[in-house]
Amino acid sequence: MSIAELLEGKRVVICAGAGGVGKTTTAAAIALGMAARGSKVAVVTIDPARRLASALGLGELDNQPRLIDPARLAPLELEGELWAMMLDPKRTFDELIDAVAPSAQRAQEIKGNRIYRQLSTAVAGSQEFTAIAKLHELTSTGEYDLVVLDTPPSRNALDFLDAPARLESFLEGGALKAFLRPTGMGMRVLALSTAPVLAALRRVTGIDLVADLSTFFTLLGTMTESFDRRARQVDRLLHSPTSGFLVISSPQPRPTEEAIWFRGTLVQGGLPFTGAVVNRVHPAVEPGPPAPLPPALGAKVAQAAHEYAALVARDATSIERLQRALEGAPLLLVPELSGDVHDLSGLLQIREQLFR
Amino acid sequence: MPVPLLQRRLIFVTGKGGVGKSTVAEALALRAARSGLRTVIADLNADGHAHELEHEANLFRISVDPQHAMEEYLSLKVGGAAGQLLGHSRLFSAFAMATPGMRELLSLGKIWELAQTDRRTPQASPYDLTIVDAPASGHGAALLRTPRTFAEIARVGPIARQAAAIAQTLSDRDFTAIVGVAIPEELAVGETLELHEALQRERLELDAVILNCCHPDRFEPPEVETLTALDGGPYTSVRLALGADQRARMEREQAARLERRFGERLQRLPYLFEPELDDAALGRLAAELRL
Repeated sequence: MSIAELLEGKRVVICAGAGGVGKTTTAAAIALGMAARGSKVAVVTIDPARRLASALGLGELDNQPRLIDPARLAPLELEGELWAMMLDPKRTFDELIDAVAPSAQRAQEIKGNRIYRQLSTAVAGSQEFTAIAKLHELTSTGEYDLVVLDTPPSRNALDFLDAPARLESFLEGGALKAFLRPTGMGMRVLALSTAPVLAALRRVTGIDLVADLSTFFTLLGTMTESFDRRARQVDRLLHSPTSGFLVISSPQPRPTEEAIWFRGTLVQGGLPFTGAVVNRVHPAVEPGPPAPLPPALGAKVAQAAHEYAALVARDATSIERLQRALEGAPLLLVPELSGDVHDLSGLLQIREQLFR
Repeated sequence: MPVPLLQRRLIFVTGKGGVGKSTVAEALALRAARSGLRTVIADLNADGHAHELEHEANLFRISVDPQHAMEEYLSLKVGGAAGQLLGHSRLFSAFAMATPGMRELLSLGKIWELAQTDRRTPQASPYDLTIVDAPASGHGAALLRTPRTFAEIARVGPIARQAAAIAQTLSDRDFTAIVGVAIPEELAVGETLELHEALQRERLELDAVILNCCHPDRFEPPEVETLTALDGGPYTSVRLALGADQRARMEREQAARLERRFGERLQRLPYLFEPELDDAALGRLAAELRL
């Protein structure tokens, strides 16, 4: 089966899976293949290792999709367009604040808050949140036929899927409401420092932190409705039949278990699971006649062939395990390519395998 | 001369996703435990046991959960009415968990506690060595940076003091080691070099880099010539051997990139062709480590 059939009618494709299984490369190869078939495609990677950038020959990807020069992709001809970007969480956060803040001044206040600066840069998890924000931005304009999204390793995948709901429950939950008493801001900070729980909190955290936090939450609170609306839109988008989740894996026990877990999580969450892609599969090789070699070299060659056979057998075990767990859902196998797949020729080869 | 790895009290193991961080952390822990060190291996997946469990003689395991770490911290460190109040407050819990960086700080706080000779958990025996199966490079570096940024944000109060103490411990190379794991492939090596730079910006160092999954490099150049002459014929084993040699050559180049940067700090572990990574296989890796 070609991946093009799987992605028929999809506007959003999300590639998920364990670290090191080739998610980013797969996402880029899918985008490349769909662009070749005539779609206007944007691929978003949130991988900090800047892999896609190097594969596409872009030294630095900025936070907006950039059109890839089709001449770079020769001999492949594009009937559509390929746009690529690497997510910059900090800038995406800033853009989001600019978009939802009621005024430019309010946006400046938020961006100047120390807690905000911490939140938008250093914190693990900001990738997940901003990826969703970016996905929302790119899909809401309708500018692209297809948006392909790479994701962080799957241990964070739950965070990623939960991001809209988590934000919503956070905004609606007690933590924020406590800061949003129907009084002036000065009163709020005062109320904050006198409430018994928060007085205890101040003792534990240090007062500066509390003051910064209260300002942060107060500022954020003025944007609750806007955030809330976005969160709902994203949630609808992720559940839509025009979205598809691909689970990417490689044929080893650990990534296989993670792929199975991930697929289960998607199905349980009512999200549109589209299929699985297993990269770097060692194809079986028919044994040939013994080569006419001196005994020492012959033994080394036999050892190499024996090791290869062990890999073929091990891959087969993992693939069978995944296939059983998929209960008939599509499974695509991409063979191990010779050499290291980190350049454009590698990307083109993978595209060829996926779109056969 | 830096202190040998096993004479430190805390080792963070990090690296690109899929390079075998957990395997290397396990191998290190096994080696330490078998050499008689009371060892605990801590992961941050929050999907295992939040209490320390003995896996085999001298080898313990804990899955650090920030929520659990916070409750423990509050009852032991804050104590009294305030600790009780906060421990039972859903508001506080939601607030703390929503505070940027707080989960990481709480997890590190628990790890720091595990590594102390004088542990604050009542009746807890000290460990000789705490090994952290840390998140992948990007998140791993962010994790190690957390205490410093927190100390700067909070500035005063117990959290600032605690964060500063943890930051101090992490940069003390007699106490803490950071081990990077890579495989001999372009992207993993690149990420290791980036990790090295990110850590140096925080004034931290990679004490060892373990190049995992090194394939056998067994053919001499004249042998490759002999094989190349036979390639394209019916001998599939020759084709596979040449493929293996091509891989070995590529790995040599990647290893050289790390060797240039890390010199003596670089060491290799072999690729294992076993169908499963069982205890025996892990034992083999543990024995290969140069410590």
